[in-house]
Amino acid sequence: MTDISIVDYGSGNLKSVYNSVKLCCDNKHSSSKIRVTSNKKTIDNSTHLILPGVGSFKSCVNGLKNKGILFETIYDNISSKGKPFLGICVGMQMLFSEGYEDGKTNGLGLIPGKVTKINPKHHNYKIPHIGWNNLFLKNTHPFLNTLEKNGLTFNKMQPNAYFVHSYSCKPEDKKHVILSTDYSEEISAMVAKENILGTQFHPEKSHTFGLNFLKSFLSWNPE
Amino acid sequence: MLKKRIIPCLDVKDGRVVKGINFLNLRDAGDPTEQALFYSNSGADEITFLDITATSDNRESMLSVIETTASKCFVPLTVGGGIRTVNDIDKFLRIGADKVSINSSAVLNPKLINEGSRIFGNQCIVVAIDAKKNTSEKDKWNVYTHGGRKDTGIDAVIWAMEAEERGAGEILLTSMDKDGTKKGFDIGLTKKISSSVSIPVIASGGVGTLEHLADGIILGNASAVLAASIFHFGEFSITEAKKHLYSKGIDVRMDYEQ
Repeated sequence: MTDISIVDYGSGNLKSVYNSVKLCCDNKHSSSKIRVTSNKKTIDNSTHLILPGVGSFKSCVNGLKNKGILFETIYDNISSKGKPFLGICVGMQMLFSEGYEDGKTNGLGLIPGKVTKINPKHHNYKIPHIGWNNLFLKNTHPFLNTLEKNGLTFNKMQPNAYFVHSYSCKPEDKKHVILSTDYSEEISAMVAKENILGTQFHPEKSHTFGLNFLKSFLSWNPE
Repeated sequence: MLKKRIIPCLDVKDGRVVKGINFLNLRDAGDPTEQALFYSNSGADEITFLDITATSDNRESMLSVIETTASKCFVPLTVGGGIRTVNDIDKFLRIGADKVSINSSAVLNPKLINEGSRIFGNQCIVVAIDAKKNTSEKDKWNVYTHGGRKDTGIDAVIWAMEAEERGAGEILLTSMDKDGTKKGFDIGLTKKISSSVSIPVIASGGVGTLEHLADGIILGNASAVLAASIFHFGEFSITEAKKHLYSKGIDVRMDYEQ
Protein backbone atom coordinates (compact mmCIF):
# COMPACT_ATOMS: atom_id res chain seq x y z
CA MET A 1 0.00 0.00 0.00
CA THR A 2 1.15 3.49 -0.78
CA ASP A 3 1.28 5.71 2.27
CA ILE A 4 1.98 9.29 1.27
CA SER A 5 3.03 12.04 3.63
CA ILE A 6 2.79 15.62 2.42
CA VAL A 7 4.92 17.59 4.84
CA ASP A 8 3.07 20.42 6.57
CA TYR A 9 5.25 23.19 7.92
CA GLY A 10 2.98 26.17 7.27
CA SER A 11 3.69 26.50 3.56
CA GLY A 12 0.73 27.81 1.58
CA ASN A 13 -0.01 25.45 -1.29
CA LEU A 14 -0.58 22.19 0.59
CA LYS A 15 -4.17 21.98 -0.55
CA SER A 16 -3.29 21.97 -4.25
CA VAL A 17 -0.65 19.30 -3.73
CA TYR A 18 -3.09 17.24 -1.66
CA ASN A 19 -5.86 17.61 -4.26
CA SER A 20 -3.65 16.50 -7.14
CA VAL A 21 -2.20 13.54 -5.23
CA LYS A 22 -5.71 12.53 -4.21
CA LEU A 23 -6.89 12.58 -7.81
CA CYS A 24 -3.93 10.38 -8.82
CA CYS A 25 -4.78 7.92 -6.03
CA ASP A 26 -8.52 7.91 -6.78
CA ASN A 27 -7.75 6.91 -10.35
CA LYS A 28 -5.86 3.75 -9.47
CA HIS A 29 -7.05 0.52 -7.98
CA SER A 30 -4.70 -0.13 -5.09
CA SER A 31 -5.48 1.54 -1.80
CA SER A 32 -3.49 4.54 -0.66
CA LYS A 33 -3.31 6.81 2.32
CA ILE A 34 -2.55 10.49 1.93
CA ARG A 35 -1.70 12.56 4.94
CA VAL A 36 -0.81 16.20 5.32
CA THR A 37 1.37 16.03 8.38
CA SER A 38 4.21 17.33 10.52
CA ASN A 39 4.19 14.25 12.77
CA LYS A 40 7.50 12.36 12.95
CA LYS A 41 5.88 8.95 13.39
CA THR A 42 3.53 9.43 10.43
CA ILE A 43 6.40 10.57 8.24
CA ASP A 44 8.60 7.66 9.42
CA ASN A 45 5.83 5.19 8.55
CA SER A 46 5.09 6.64 5.12
CA THR A 47 6.25 5.02 1.89
CA HIS A 48 6.42 8.26 -0.14
CA LEU A 49 7.33 11.74 1.01
CA ILE A 50 6.39 15.04 -0.66
CA LEU A 51 7.81 18.39 0.46
CA PRO A 52 5.95 21.34 -1.10
CA GLY A 53 7.15 24.87 -0.75
CA VAL A 54 6.24 28.40 -1.72
CA GLY A 55 7.64 31.65 -0.39
CA SER A 56 11.30 32.31 0.32
CA PHE A 57 14.06 29.74 0.87
CA LYS A 58 14.74 31.23 4.29
CA SER A 59 11.12 31.25 5.44
CA CYS A 60 10.65 27.63 4.31
CA VAL A 61 13.81 26.39 6.08
CA ASN A 62 12.74 28.31 9.19
CA GLY A 63 9.26 26.81 8.86
CA LEU A 64 10.73 23.29 8.92
CA LYS A 65 13.01 24.12 11.84
CA ASN A 66 10.24 25.77 13.84
CA LYS A 67 8.25 22.54 13.73
CA GLY A 68 10.57 20.83 16.20
CA ILE A 69 12.50 17.95 14.73
CA LEU A 70 10.91 18.14 11.28
CA PHE A 71 14.14 19.21 9.56
CA GLU A 72 16.00 16.21 10.99
CA THR A 73 13.07 13.85 10.38
CA ILE A 74 13.00 14.74 6.71
CA TYR A 75 16.76 14.47 6.39
CA ASP A 76 16.69 11.08 8.05
CA ASN A 77 13.80 9.74 5.95
CA ILE A 78 15.42 10.81 2.71
CA SER A 79 19.05 9.97 3.39
CA SER A 80 19.27 6.88 5.59
CA LYS A 81 15.82 5.38 4.97
CA GLY A 82 16.09 5.92 1.20
CA LYS A 83 12.41 6.68 0.82
CA PRO A 84 11.06 8.01 -2.51
CA PHE A 85 11.06 11.75 -2.04
CA LEU A 86 9.69 14.61 -4.12
CA GLY A 87 10.49 18.23 -3.34
CA ILE A 88 8.41 20.79 -5.23
CA CYS A 89 9.62 24.34 -5.98
CA VAL A 90 11.18 25.63 -2.73
CA GLY A 91 10.78 22.04 -1.49
CA MET A 92 13.32 21.13 -4.19
CA GLN A 93 15.51 24.13 -3.49
CA MET A 94 15.83 23.16 0.19
CA LEU A 95 17.56 19.92 -0.85
CA PHE A 96 20.62 21.98 -1.72
CA SER A 97 23.48 23.08 0.50
CA GLU A 98 22.61 26.76 0.65
CA GLY A 99 20.14 29.37 -0.58
CA TYR A 100 20.72 33.08 -1.09
CA GLU A 101 17.18 34.47 -0.82
CA ASP A 102 16.94 36.97 2.08
CA GLY A 103 20.61 36.32 2.90
CA LYS A 104 22.45 33.01 3.04
CA THR A 105 20.60 30.07 4.63
CA ASN A 106 21.72 26.48 4.88
CA GLY A 107 19.43 23.89 3.33
CA LEU A 108 19.22 20.13 3.86
CA GLY A 109 22.47 19.68 1.92
CA LEU A 110 21.41 16.41 0.30
CA ILE A 111 22.46 17.68 -3.13
CA PRO A 112 25.63 19.78 -3.18
CA GLY A 113 25.01 23.18 -4.74
CA LYS A 114 23.54 26.64 -4.39
CA VAL A 115 20.20 28.33 -4.98
CA THR A 116 20.70 31.78 -6.48
CA LYS A 117 18.59 34.47 -8.14
CA ILE A 118 17.94 34.19 -11.86
CA ASN A 119 20.02 36.86 -13.53
CA PRO A 120 18.17 37.92 -16.70
CA LYS A 121 20.32 38.97 -19.61
CA HIS A 122 17.63 41.19 -21.07
CA HIS A 123 14.77 43.37 -19.80
CA ASN A 124 12.29 41.16 -21.68
CA TYR A 125 13.01 38.33 -19.24
CA LYS A 126 10.62 39.27 -16.48
CA ILE A 127 11.23 37.97 -12.96
CA PRO A 128 9.55 35.92 -11.46
CA HIS A 129 9.74 33.33 -14.23
CA ILE A 130 5.97 32.70 -14.39
CA GLY A 131 4.21 30.39 -16.80
CA TRP A 132 4.56 27.31 -18.96
CA ASN A 133 7.96 26.33 -20.26
CA ASN A 134 9.48 23.36 -22.09
CA LEU A 135 11.40 20.57 -20.39
CA PHE A 136 14.62 19.35 -21.98
CA LEU A 137 16.31 16.06 -21.18
CA LYS A 138 19.82 16.57 -19.79
CA ASN A 139 20.81 13.39 -17.98
CA THR A 140 19.46 9.97 -17.31
CA HIS A 141 17.98 8.63 -14.07
CA PRO A 142 15.97 5.47 -13.29
CA PHE A 143 12.84 7.56 -12.57
CA LEU A 144 12.67 8.40 -16.29
CA ASN A 145 11.64 4.77 -16.92
CA THR A 146 8.69 5.19 -14.57
CA LEU A 147 7.75 8.43 -16.32
CA GLU A 148 7.90 6.65 -19.66
CA LYS A 149 5.50 3.97 -18.41
CA ASN A 150 3.05 6.80 -17.78
CA GLY A 151 3.52 8.20 -21.25
CA LEU A 152 5.98 10.95 -20.42
CA THR A 153 9.05 11.09 -22.65
CA PHE A 154 11.46 13.90 -23.38
CA ASN A 155 13.45 12.76 -26.39
CA LYS A 156 11.24 13.85 -29.24
CA MET A 157 9.06 16.32 -27.42
CA GLN A 158 9.68 18.91 -24.76
CA PRO A 159 6.49 18.95 -22.71
CA ASN A 160 5.38 22.14 -20.97
CA ALA A 161 5.22 22.48 -17.21
CA TYR A 162 4.15 25.40 -15.02
CA PHE A 163 6.87 27.41 -13.30
CA VAL A 164 6.76 30.27 -10.85
CA HIS A 165 10.04 31.23 -9.21
CA SER A 166 12.79 33.84 -9.06
CA TYR A 167 15.61 31.65 -7.73
CA SER A 168 17.11 28.57 -9.35
CA CYS A 169 19.19 25.56 -8.27
CA LYS A 170 22.82 25.24 -9.34
CA PRO A 171 24.06 21.74 -8.48
CA GLU A 172 27.85 21.36 -8.21
CA ASP A 173 27.57 18.15 -10.18
CA LYS A 174 25.70 18.79 -13.43
CA LYS A 175 24.68 15.15 -13.69
CA HIS A 176 22.06 15.76 -10.99
CA VAL A 177 20.11 17.90 -13.48
CA ILE A 178 17.76 15.51 -15.27
CA LEU A 179 15.47 18.05 -16.94
CA SER A 180 16.16 21.68 -17.66
CA THR A 181 14.26 24.64 -19.01
CA ASP A 182 15.45 27.83 -20.70
CA TYR A 183 14.79 31.26 -19.32
CA SER A 184 17.63 33.64 -20.08
CA GLU A 185 19.85 30.90 -18.64
CA GLU A 186 19.60 27.14 -18.32
CA ILE A 187 17.40 26.42 -15.30
CA SER A 188 17.33 23.14 -13.37
CA ALA A 189 13.73 21.98 -13.86
CA MET A 190 14.08 18.52 -12.32
CA VAL A 191 16.99 17.27 -10.25
CA ALA A 192 17.50 13.72 -9.02
CA LYS A 193 19.95 11.81 -6.92
CA GLU A 194 19.12 8.18 -6.13
CA ASN A 195 15.74 8.22 -4.28
CA ILE A 196 15.58 12.01 -4.19
CA LEU A 197 13.61 13.97 -6.80
CA GLY A 198 13.04 17.68 -6.99
CA THR A 199 11.02 19.75 -9.44
CA GLN A 200 11.25 23.48 -9.88
CA PHE A 201 7.98 23.33 -11.81
CA HIS A 202 4.68 22.66 -10.08
CA PRO A 203 3.32 19.24 -11.14
CA GLU A 204 0.17 19.97 -9.12
CA LYS A 205 -0.49 22.94 -11.43
CA SER A 206 0.72 21.43 -14.70
CA HIS A 207 -2.58 19.91 -15.80
CA THR A 208 -2.40 16.48 -17.51
CA PHE A 209 1.39 16.45 -17.71
CA GLY A 210 1.68 17.27 -14.02
CA LEU A 211 -0.84 14.66 -12.91
CA ASN A 212 0.97 11.98 -14.93
CA PHE A 213 4.23 13.11 -13.35
CA LEU A 214 2.76 12.75 -9.84
CA LYS A 215 1.21 9.41 -10.73
CA SER A 216 4.67 8.24 -11.79
CA PHE A 217 6.18 9.36 -8.52
CA LEU A 218 3.52 7.55 -6.49
CA SER A 219 4.19 4.31 -8.33
CA TRP A 220 7.97 4.71 -8.13
CA ASN A 221 9.97 2.20 -6.20
CA PRO A 222 13.63 3.23 -6.35
CA GLU A 223 16.06 0.40 -6.12
CA MET B 1 10.80 29.12 -24.43
CA LEU B 2 8.45 30.63 -21.85
CA LYS B 3 4.97 30.65 -23.33
CA LYS B 4 2.74 33.70 -23.50
CA ARG B 5 -0.30 32.94 -21.41
CA ILE B 6 -3.99 33.17 -22.22
CA ILE B 7 -6.10 33.67 -19.11
CA PRO B 8 -9.90 33.54 -19.25
CA CYS B 9 -11.56 35.53 -16.50
CA LEU B 10 -14.76 34.35 -14.84
CA ASP B 11 -16.93 37.00 -13.22
CA VAL B 12 -18.60 35.48 -10.19
CA LYS B 13 -21.58 36.85 -8.28
CA ASP B 14 -23.02 35.05 -5.27
CA GLY B 15 -21.03 31.96 -6.21
CA ARG B 16 -22.39 31.86 -9.76
CA VAL B 17 -20.76 32.80 -13.05
CA VAL B 18 -22.17 35.90 -14.69
CA LYS B 19 -21.96 35.97 -18.50
CA GLY B 20 -20.71 32.39 -18.64
CA ILE B 21 -20.16 30.22 -21.69
CA ASN B 22 -23.77 29.97 -22.78
CA PHE B 23 -23.54 27.96 -25.96
CA LEU B 24 -22.11 24.79 -24.54
CA ASN B 25 -23.91 21.79 -23.31
CA LEU B 26 -22.75 22.30 -19.78
CA ARG B 27 -24.99 20.73 -17.24
CA ASP B 28 -24.96 23.96 -15.33
CA ALA B 29 -23.65 26.99 -17.22
CA GLY B 30 -23.57 29.09 -14.06
CA ASP B 31 -21.29 26.73 -12.19
CA PRO B 32 -17.81 28.29 -11.90
CA THR B 33 -16.10 24.92 -11.45
CA GLU B 34 -17.59 23.46 -14.63
CA GLN B 35 -16.57 26.53 -16.58
CA ALA B 36 -13.07 26.46 -15.15
CA LEU B 37 -12.71 22.77 -16.01
CA PHE B 38 -13.92 23.40 -19.51
CA TYR B 39 -11.33 26.16 -19.94
CA SER B 40 -8.45 24.22 -18.41
CA ASN B 41 -9.20 21.20 -20.59
CA SER B 42 -9.29 23.40 -23.66
CA GLY B 43 -5.89 24.96 -23.01
CA ALA B 44 -6.32 27.92 -20.66
CA ASP B 45 -2.91 28.56 -19.11
CA GLU B 46 -4.40 29.93 -15.91
CA ILE B 47 -7.86 30.92 -14.74
CA THR B 48 -8.88 34.08 -12.92
CA PHE B 49 -12.01 34.43 -10.82
CA LEU B 50 -13.28 37.86 -10.10
CA ASP B 51 -15.83 38.32 -7.35
CA ILE B 52 -17.88 41.18 -8.73
CA THR B 53 -20.03 41.60 -5.67
CA ALA B 54 -17.20 41.28 -3.21
CA THR B 55 -19.10 42.15 -0.09
CA SER B 56 -18.11 40.33 3.03
CA ASP B 57 -21.36 38.32 2.86
CA ASN B 58 -20.13 36.79 -0.35
CA ARG B 59 -16.69 35.85 0.91
CA GLU B 60 -17.90 32.43 1.98
CA SER B 61 -19.48 31.63 -1.39
CA MET B 62 -16.27 32.61 -3.21
CA LEU B 63 -14.17 30.49 -0.83
CA SER B 64 -16.37 27.53 -1.61
CA VAL B 65 -16.08 28.20 -5.37
CA ILE B 66 -12.29 28.17 -5.14
CA GLU B 67 -12.20 25.14 -2.87
CA THR B 68 -14.35 23.06 -5.22
CA THR B 69 -12.53 24.24 -8.35
CA ALA B 70 -9.08 23.60 -6.89
CA SER B 71 -10.03 20.02 -6.14
CA LYS B 72 -10.77 19.33 -9.81
CA CYS B 73 -8.90 21.83 -11.91
CA PHE B 74 -5.10 21.58 -12.01
CA VAL B 75 -3.93 24.83 -13.52
CA PRO B 76 -3.06 28.00 -11.59
CA LEU B 77 -6.05 29.81 -10.12
CA THR B 78 -6.16 33.50 -9.27
CA VAL B 79 -8.91 35.08 -7.22
CA GLY B 80 -9.70 38.78 -7.04
CA GLY B 81 -12.37 41.07 -5.67
CA GLY B 82 -12.79 42.21 -2.10
CA ILE B 83 -9.47 40.96 -0.74
CA ARG B 84 -8.56 43.49 1.92
CA THR B 85 -6.38 41.87 4.55
CA VAL B 86 -3.56 39.39 5.03
CA ASN B 87 -6.15 37.13 6.61
CA ASP B 88 -8.25 37.22 3.40
CA ILE B 89 -5.16 36.28 1.36
CA ASP B 90 -4.34 33.45 3.75
CA LYS B 91 -7.87 32.03 3.53
CA PHE B 92 -7.87 31.89 -0.27
CA LEU B 93 -4.37 30.44 -0.56
CA ARG B 94 -5.12 27.78 2.03
CA ILE B 95 -8.21 26.67 0.20
CA GLY B 96 -6.37 26.16 -3.07
CA ALA B 97 -5.95 29.51 -4.85
CA ASP B 98 -2.44 30.08 -6.19
CA LYS B 99 -2.56 33.86 -6.42
CA VAL B 100 -4.69 36.69 -5.17
CA SER B 101 -5.33 39.87 -7.06
CA ILE B 102 -5.61 43.03 -5.01
CA ASN B 103 -6.82 46.32 -6.41
CA SER B 104 -8.47 49.11 -4.40
CA SER B 105 -7.21 47.73 -1.11
CA ALA B 106 -3.61 47.87 -2.36
CA VAL B 107 -4.04 51.56 -3.20
CA LEU B 108 -5.73 52.33 0.12
CA ASN B 109 -3.26 50.25 2.10
CA PRO B 110 -0.05 49.70 0.09
CA LYS B 111 1.53 47.85 3.02
CA LEU B 112 -0.80 44.97 2.19
CA ILE B 113 1.49 44.28 -0.80
CA ASN B 114 4.59 44.21 1.43
CA GLU B 115 2.99 42.04 4.08
CA GLY B 116 1.35 39.68 1.61
CA SER B 117 4.55 39.08 -0.32
CA ARG B 118 6.67 38.75 2.81
CA ILE B 119 4.37 36.13 4.33
CA PHE B 120 3.24 34.20 1.24
CA GLY B 121 5.90 35.03 -1.36
CA ASN B 122 5.69 37.59 -4.15
CA GLN B 123 4.65 34.90 -6.66
CA CYS B 124 1.11 34.94 -5.27
CA ILE B 125 0.55 38.69 -5.02
CA VAL B 126 -0.95 40.17 -8.18
CA VAL B 127 -1.57 43.90 -8.05
CA ALA B 128 -4.50 44.82 -10.29
CA ILE B 129 -4.39 48.33 -11.71
CA ASP B 130 -7.41 49.98 -13.30
CA ALA B 131 -6.02 52.84 -15.36
CA LYS B 132 -7.72 55.58 -17.33
CA LYS B 133 -6.23 58.25 -19.57
CA ASN B 134 -5.41 61.51 -17.89
CA THR B 135 -7.47 64.03 -19.83
CA SER B 136 -5.09 66.94 -19.32
CA GLU B 137 -1.72 65.28 -19.87
CA LYS B 138 -0.74 63.23 -22.91
CA ASP B 139 0.61 59.70 -22.35
CA LYS B 140 -0.40 59.73 -18.72
CA TRP B 141 -2.87 57.45 -17.04
CA ASN B 142 -4.46 57.70 -13.62
CA VAL B 143 -5.19 54.85 -11.24
CA TYR B 144 -8.89 54.32 -10.53
CA THR B 145 -10.34 52.36 -7.64
CA HIS B 146 -13.74 51.03 -6.61
CA GLY B 147 -14.45 49.34 -9.90
CA GLY B 148 -13.27 52.31 -11.92
CA ARG B 149 -15.52 54.84 -10.22
CA LYS B 150 -12.96 56.75 -8.23
CA ASP B 151 -9.99 58.68 -9.66
CA THR B 152 -7.12 58.51 -7.18
CA GLY B 153 -5.03 61.03 -9.10
CA ILE B 154 -2.11 58.60 -8.85
CA ASP B 155 -0.01 58.08 -11.98
CA ALA B 156 -0.41 54.48 -13.16
CA VAL B 157 3.24 54.06 -14.18
CA ILE B 158 4.50 55.31 -10.83
CA TRP B 159 2.01 53.09 -9.00
CA ALA B 160 3.07 50.02 -11.01
CA MET B 161 6.71 50.68 -10.10
CA GLU B 162 5.81 51.16 -6.46
CA ALA B 163 3.79 47.92 -6.47
CA GLU B 164 6.83 46.05 -7.81
CA GLU B 165 9.09 47.68 -5.24
CA ARG B 166 6.69 46.63 -2.48
CA GLY B 167 6.75 43.01 -3.59
CA ALA B 168 4.07 42.43 -6.24
CA GLY B 169 4.83 39.39 -8.39
CA GLU B 170 2.71 40.48 -11.34
CA ILE B 171 0.65 43.43 -12.56
CA LEU B 172 -2.86 42.85 -13.93
CA LEU B 173 -3.42 45.96 -16.00
CA THR B 174 -6.89 46.98 -17.12
CA SER B 175 -7.61 49.98 -19.29
CA MET B 176 -10.83 51.60 -18.12
CA ASP B 177 -11.05 53.46 -21.43
CA LYS B 178 -11.03 50.21 -23.39
CA ASP B 179 -12.77 47.80 -21.04
CA GLY B 180 -16.02 46.58 -22.60
CA THR B 181 -15.41 48.38 -25.92
CA LYS B 182 -14.10 45.36 -27.87
CA LYS B 183 -11.72 47.77 -29.59
CA GLY B 184 -8.52 46.22 -28.28
CA PHE B 185 -6.13 46.83 -25.40
CA ASP B 186 -4.74 50.27 -24.69
CA ILE B 187 -1.40 49.44 -26.29
CA GLY B 188 0.29 52.68 -25.25
CA LEU B 189 -0.56 52.03 -21.61
CA THR B 190 0.41 48.35 -21.73
CA LYS B 191 3.74 49.07 -23.37
CA LYS B 192 4.51 51.91 -20.99
CA ILE B 193 3.82 49.87 -17.85
CA SER B 194 5.53 46.75 -19.18
CA SER B 195 8.72 48.66 -19.96
CA SER B 196 8.67 50.37 -16.56
CA VAL B 197 8.61 47.24 -14.39
CA SER B 198 10.64 44.03 -14.43
CA ILE B 199 7.75 41.80 -13.28
CA PRO B 200 5.27 40.25 -15.76
CA VAL B 201 2.33 42.36 -16.93
CA ILE B 202 -1.04 40.81 -17.79
CA ALA B 203 -2.96 42.94 -20.28
CA SER B 204 -6.72 43.26 -19.83
CA GLY B 205 -9.67 45.29 -21.05
CA GLY B 206 -11.02 45.72 -24.55
CA VAL B 207 -10.41 42.45 -26.35
CA GLY B 208 -12.83 41.95 -29.23
CA THR B 209 -10.78 39.98 -31.75
CA LEU B 210 -7.93 37.47 -31.76
CA GLU B 211 -5.74 40.10 -33.36
CA HIS B 212 -6.18 42.20 -30.22
CA LEU B 213 -4.64 39.40 -28.15
CA ALA B 214 -1.62 39.29 -30.48
CA ASP B 215 -1.31 43.10 -30.33
CA GLY B 216 -1.20 43.03 -26.52
CA ILE B 217 1.75 40.67 -26.64
CA ILE B 218 3.66 41.93 -29.68
CA LEU B 219 2.98 45.67 -29.43
CA GLY B 220 2.18 45.96 -25.73
CA ASN B 221 4.92 43.55 -24.62
CA ALA B 222 2.53 41.82 -22.20
CA SER B 223 3.52 38.43 -20.73
CA ALA B 224 -0.08 37.28 -20.64
CA VAL B 225 -3.48 38.36 -21.92
CA LEU B 226 -6.71 38.18 -19.97
CA ALA B 227 -10.13 38.22 -21.58
CA ALA B 228 -13.67 37.44 -20.59
CA SER B 229 -16.41 38.01 -23.13
CA ILE B 230 -14.72 36.76 -26.32
CA PHE B 231 -14.38 33.36 -24.70
CA HIS B 232 -17.59 33.32 -22.70
CA PHE B 233 -19.89 34.04 -25.57
CA GLY B 234 -18.28 31.38 -27.68
CA GLU B 235 -16.98 33.78 -30.28
CA PHE B 236 -13.60 32.10 -30.03
CA SER B 237 -12.19 29.08 -28.26
CA ILE B 238 -8.91 29.14 -26.35
CA THR B 239 -7.46 26.85 -29.01
CA GLU B 240 -8.45 29.24 -31.80
CA ALA B 241 -6.84 32.06 -29.87
CA LYS B 242 -3.65 30.03 -29.41
CA LYS B 243 -3.51 29.05 -33.05
CA HIS B 244 -3.87 32.67 -34.04
CA LEU B 245 -1.07 33.77 -31.71
CA TYR B 246 1.11 30.94 -32.97
CA SER B 247 0.51 32.07 -36.57
CA LYS B 248 1.86 35.47 -35.52
CA GLY B 249 5.08 33.92 -34.28
CA ILE B 250 4.11 33.98 -30.59
CA ASP B 251 5.11 30.99 -28.46
CA VAL B 252 2.06 29.43 -26.85
CA ARG B 253 1.43 26.12 -25.09
CA MET B 254 -0.26 23.71 -27.47
CA ASP B 255 0.59 20.30 -26.00
CA TYR B 256 -2.56 20.10 -23.85
CA GLU B 257 -4.23 18.63 -26.93
CA GLN B 258 -2.17 15.47 -26.89
